[in-house]
Amino acid sequence: MKPAPHADTSAALRAQALGVGALSAIDFTIPPGHILALSGPSGSGKSRLLRALADLDPHDGSVALGELAQTGVTGHRWRQTVMMVPADSQWWADTVGEHFPAGAPDDLDTLGFGPEVMDWQVSRLSSGEKQRLALLRAVAHQPRALLLDEPTANLDPDTTATVEAWLTGLARHHGWPVLWVAHDPAQIQRVANAHLRIAGKQLEAVPCS
Amino acid sequence: MQLIDLAWWQLALAAGLVLALAVCTQLARLDIGKTMLVAAVRTVVQLSLIGLVLEALFSVAALPWIALMALVMLLMAGREVTARQKRRLTGGWAFGIGTLSMFISAFSVTVLTLVAIIGPEPWYAPQYAIPLLGMMLGNTMTGIAVGLDRLTDAVWRQRALIENRLMLGHRWQEAIGEARRDAMRSGMIPIINGMAAAGIVSLPGMMTGQILAGAAPTLAVKYQILIMFTITVGTGFGTLAAVLAASRRLFDERERLRLDRLLAPPK
Repeated sequence: MKPAPHADTSAALRAQALGVGALSAIDFTIPPGHILALSGPSGSGKSRLLRALADLDPHDGSVALGELAQTGVTGHRWRQTVMMVPADSQWWADTVGEHFPAGAPDDLDTLGFGPEVMDWQVSRLSSGEKQRLALLRAVAHQPRALLLDEPTANLDPDTTATVEAWLTGLARHHGWPVLWVAHDPAQIQRVANAHLRIAGKQLEAVPCS
Repeated sequence: MQLIDLAWWQLALAAGLVLALAVCTQLARLDIGKTMLVAAVRTVVQLSLIGLVLEALFSVAALPWIALMALVMLLMAGREVTARQKRRLTGGWAFGIGTLSMFISAFSVTVLTLVAIIGPEPWYAPQYAIPLLGMMLGNTMTGIAVGLDRLTDAVWRQRALIENRLMLGHRWQEAIGEARRDAMRSGMIPIINGMAAAGIVSLPGMMTGQILAGAAPTLAVKYQILIMFTITVGTGFGTLAAVLAASRRLFDERERLRLDRLLAPPK
């Protein structure tokens, strides 16, 4: 059972005059419950942009989630709120369950896992399982916005469709703004409300039907 | 009992053996013969010099000169700690953290031992203070160097993992926790092993020296126990302080992991 969305927990993610790496003066707003797709050639700075939004790299400009300014809270508090899920997830303990906050996470069955997955050895996970569990792990930390770096890169078409449906449902239900780095134009068509592409130092809007 | 005098020609015999070893390693193409000979020459020169310095210091026995000597020893140890790290903190932080940690651990434990335990008259009597400080610094230095080296190396290799923990909203202390505990342990394990093996596997150098100089073995043993304990305390607290300070320096005020604060290893 998911809790009903609260008005005070859904807020827009806004970047103003953001500059990091080769990118400069980036402005965008992701309304609550919207998914913004971000694309661009590899090395163009997609991950750097996500890292700046999560405040993992020093950067120019300001970022805010609703009234909450990035600089207004401690680093760990901000990152717990605006959660980045990297393309290549990392696991430090032996079993899957040790990486999750106490209590069984929601939606295990939606992504094709039973409760016993919490006792699985991390060393035996496939890359696709790791990717899905990393998404579940991030959501279990109760964020209020998501920054996803190619969240379906290691998944087969069927699982990709499942994960897409789950993530879009979550974003809409909780009113989370989501930034989704994607390559596949078809996927962007399926999930995104808006689409920005990195062109040099700037972002350019790509029409979304 | 008097210590038997050693003539220089007698030392030359031992030096001849080192030379023979160097020749053998050269024949076996180990490529360390030259390093070994340079180190051997350094031993002779450095120890002879320190002998002269100590003779002069013992004859003066004034606190300012002893303090100056202690300061020089501390700075040399700080330099050595810095040199032993593969990836060290930039901007003098490696030297600063290493030296400060040794100062607060090795110095304070030495002074405490002199004043409260051994109690020579005056408390800074150089025959006690300088060898004691030397042993403290030598061991503390190793612990701190190992601890810092392990910490920076682990952080460098586990960057993705530490940052993934940061992404999940973990505090920097949690994110680096495992690497930090590991580094602290590595710094302290040699001295713990040293205590465990003392007397069974190894006869500690100071005790051996005192017995050679004619001290009663039971008294030499007491001194050795005291030294083992103080070295352990100095090394332990020094390592804890250095690893704590360095791990804090690896993160900025926004709790970001800042690997740009580490120097690339020399090629």
